Amino acid sequence: MNRKASTTLMAPALAWLTALMVVPCGLILILAFFRRGVYGGIEYTFTLENLALVLDPLYFGIFVNSARIALIVVAIACTLGYAAAYAIAAMPKRQQPVLLFFAVLPFWSNYLIRTYAWIVLLNREGLITRFARLLGYQGEMPQILYTEGAVILGLVYSYLPFVILACYAPLSRLNPEIAEASHDLGASRFTTFRRITLPLTLPGIAVGAVFVFVLSIGNFVTPALLGGGQFQMIGNVVYAQFLTANDWPFGAALSMVLIAVMMGLLLVQTLAAERGRHA
Amino acid sequence: MTPLLQIRNVSKSFGTVKALDDLSLDIQSNQFYALLGPSGSGKTTLLRLLAGFEAPGSGQILLAGKDITHVPPNKRPVNLMFQSYALFPHMTVRANIAYGLEMEHLPRPRINARVDEILSVIELAPFASRKPDQLSGGQKQRVALARALVKRPQVLLLDEPLGALDKTLRSAMQMELKRLQHEVGITFVIVTHDQEEALVMADRIAILQDGKLLQSGAPRAVYEHPVNRFAAGFIGVMNFFPGVAEPSGLRCADGTLITTDGTANGPAVAAVRPERLHLAPGENRLPGTVTALAYHGLDLQLHVQTTATAKPVIVRLTADAAEAQNLAQGDPVTLGWAAKDTRIFPA
Amino acid sequence: MHDRRLMLAILSAVFAFLYIPVSVLVALSFNAGGLPTAWTGFSLQWYAALWQNTDILHAARNTLIVGLVSAALSTLLGTLLAIGIETRRRKGRALEALIFAPMIIPDIVLAIALLSFFSLLKVPMGLHSIIASHVVFNLAFVCAVVRARLKSFDWSIVEASADLGAPAFTTYRRIVVPVLAPAIIAGALLAFTLSVDEFIIAFFTAGAGRGSTTLPMQIYAMIRFGVTPEINALATLVLGISVTTLALAQRLNKGGLPGQ
Repeated sequence: MNRKASTTLMAPALAWLTALMVVPCGLILILAFFRRGVYGGIEYTFTLENLALVLDPLYFGIFVNSARIALIVVAIACTLGYAAAYAIAAMPKRQQPVLLFFAVLPFWSNYLIRTYAWIVLLNREGLITRFARLLGYQGEMPQILYTEGAVILGLVYSYLPFVILACYAPLSRLNPEIAEASHDLGASRFTTFRRITLPLTLPGIAVGAVFVFVLSIGNFVTPALLGGGQFQMIGNVVYAQFLTANDWPFGAALSMVLIAVMMGLLLVQTLAAERGRHA
Repeated sequence: MTPLLQIRNVSKSFGTVKALDDLSLDIQSNQFYALLGPSGSGKTTLLRLLAGFEAPGSGQILLAGKDITHVPPNKRPVNLMFQSYALFPHMTVRANIAYGLEMEHLPRPRINARVDEILSVIELAPFASRKPDQLSGGQKQRVALARALVKRPQVLLLDEPLGALDKTLRSAMQMELKRLQHEVGITFVIVTHDQEEALVMADRIAILQDGKLLQSGAPRAVYEHPVNRFAAGFIGVMNFFPGVAEPSGLRCADGTLITTDGTANGPAVAAVRPERLHLAPGENRLPGTVTALAYHGLDLQLHVQTTATAKPVIVRLTADAAEAQNLAQGDPVTLGWAAKDTRIFPA
Repeated sequence: MHDRRLMLAILSAVFAFLYIPVSVLVALSFNAGGLPTAWTGFSLQWYAALWQNTDILHAARNTLIVGLVSAALSTLLGTLLAIGIETRRRKGRALEALIFAPMIIPDIVLAIALLSFFSLLKVPMGLHSIIASHVVFNLAFVCAVVRARLKSFDWSIVEASADLGAPAFTTYRRIVVPVLAPAIIAGALLAFTLSVDEFIIAFFTAGAGRGSTTLPMQIYAMIRFGVTPEINALATLVLGISVTTLALAQRLNKGGLPGQ
């Protein structure tokens, strides 16, 4: 097919993306430099005070805290996800597509509902309490819902299927004879894993880790539902700026930092992938 | 002298498929042994059993008198060169070769010395810092070989070692492997479906079919005296004459009598190698017409249509011989050959 | 080579973690008592209650409209995009990034960007703005699914068709599209599901009026402002629809979901 024809085919979609993604995001970038009007709305004067406010200890602290939580989520999700992917790849070939489908299925379904399920479970009167009572525990149940722990749990729950998918790809592509060769040469199962399997499949974890970090740090539904009213991650702050505080420029500035973090990580990951092109 | 490897009544099934059926085999030390057979014959399964990646359902494997049947692969003094080479992609050539020695917890200076030694044996010293994806197919194979040999195993197993190489490289590597085996003095056991390769490289060949041992012996013995029809047809090219056995030989469908070395009963086939046939009188005579001619440099290959069998008879003549001169398609010829070169098998 | 028991233990633990919370929800929806504290018997009353709730019915209708329209639009655009990009000789990295972006951009960022965009241009918001916004990420997913199929597409059949005299349009209509059909349909189903489940972008681009509430928005409100047992029934239904749609997509397009 000639160049002109393929461009024509791509045009409508690209136009849509440009108009409804590139332009709006560009708008955000610009908006960050304007000032909030007295009655809400936007005053079109150039200012850097929004960016300065972002660096203010209060908001910067929320950023750092969100990043910390995101890192914990990444650590837990990647460990569990890699283990699950490894187990799936170790199953007989016929069973793997089915197992993978069911492992990944939750990811494509409604995350609001999946988060809500944890509210039901973690509630003071919830199922976990009942379960504990069933086992004979009489004392006061610790507060689980509306804590940071619940938010981390919810985020791990939301993104685990994706990590499994990301880790499965390199694991399933690995030539099984390589692990056998390591074994044949005298390595124990653990040494084979440590020196051969893990290094060769690390790129898969890296992809999963970056995605989960980006998705977690900007998430606002899970902290809002599982963290309780006082719990704030950066996503909640942005939401508040746009819908309650009516300070769109500031919200835009915060988003800008989020985008910058996301792009920075993607850049690092792409560069790392190109360097490590020997797997 | 006790054989180095004794395989005793080994059977292995995968589900309902019986890959190995009560197989017994002896392999001597300092021997180049070929396991030959079509796919599904069980040869790869046997190799994996020797390496330790599978355990037999029943039977024993003894190495230098010790029972290693259930010893895991990383604890056996046996190493395997994989068909796909299975080089570690993220390690250099040097690191790949050193890996097995690191598993033995040898001191670093000794590891380096042995790696350097083998690098010069396989002539890849200048490539020591390269990664596998920077090597050619032949180079990868040498690294895979070195990686296994550097551990000085008692037995080296090779799974279709030359399958991935192109034709010219393959012939060169065949001689190279043979030379290497002589030089290091370790028993090599190779699995191959290429009978020509087995004939060239091995000191001894074992033909497997459907999980059973059909025949084992020196290449010449297996080639000249195949034990049954399958073995006869599997090794080299063979002409078959179907018919009915008689006290002195075989009576073909058209009435021709072929005198054979050996006897059979009932429906049978006579078999003779193309190079044993001549265009001169012999104990056996068969007229025919040349239907095709192919010049192969050293020899001339003829297809001769006869009335004794439906398929044309294949004849190999030395190109320089008198009988090979001035032949053309359509020429009438008379084939002659000795009875002692003719085998007979039940059909 | 692997310790089979360990593998099975890992898989059981992970699958339990993934599916128990949702199973509890589904079970609760049938609990007559409605609360997790006690099981008082099997009942469909909460499902019946859904039918009585006009807000929910309204939201469901909106969600269906948004889902179907955005799926249709994004399937068309995404498929054309996929064919267009796969038939190019030289693929720019910028182009790839552009197509990849909607899938990884944090949804809150896209949501506020679109909100700002519509507000600044004084575009009145409603179901149409939700649909337009959904198409943005939906077309990226459809494109990914169709592209995956195109990667193993044997282009020589297109050349054969041309050689046999067919004009370009006919070739596409009778050769390319039928072969791609399973992938296209799988992409459409995926887009529909994503749209039905999508909350944040819908929330921000629905506008002030109550007329353009979607089901996820309704669910969010219900969770935030008063948990009633009907939510469990609603959640179960929505989950059921998602799962069925996805299973269908998977069936149609053997390993069709992106990444597999």
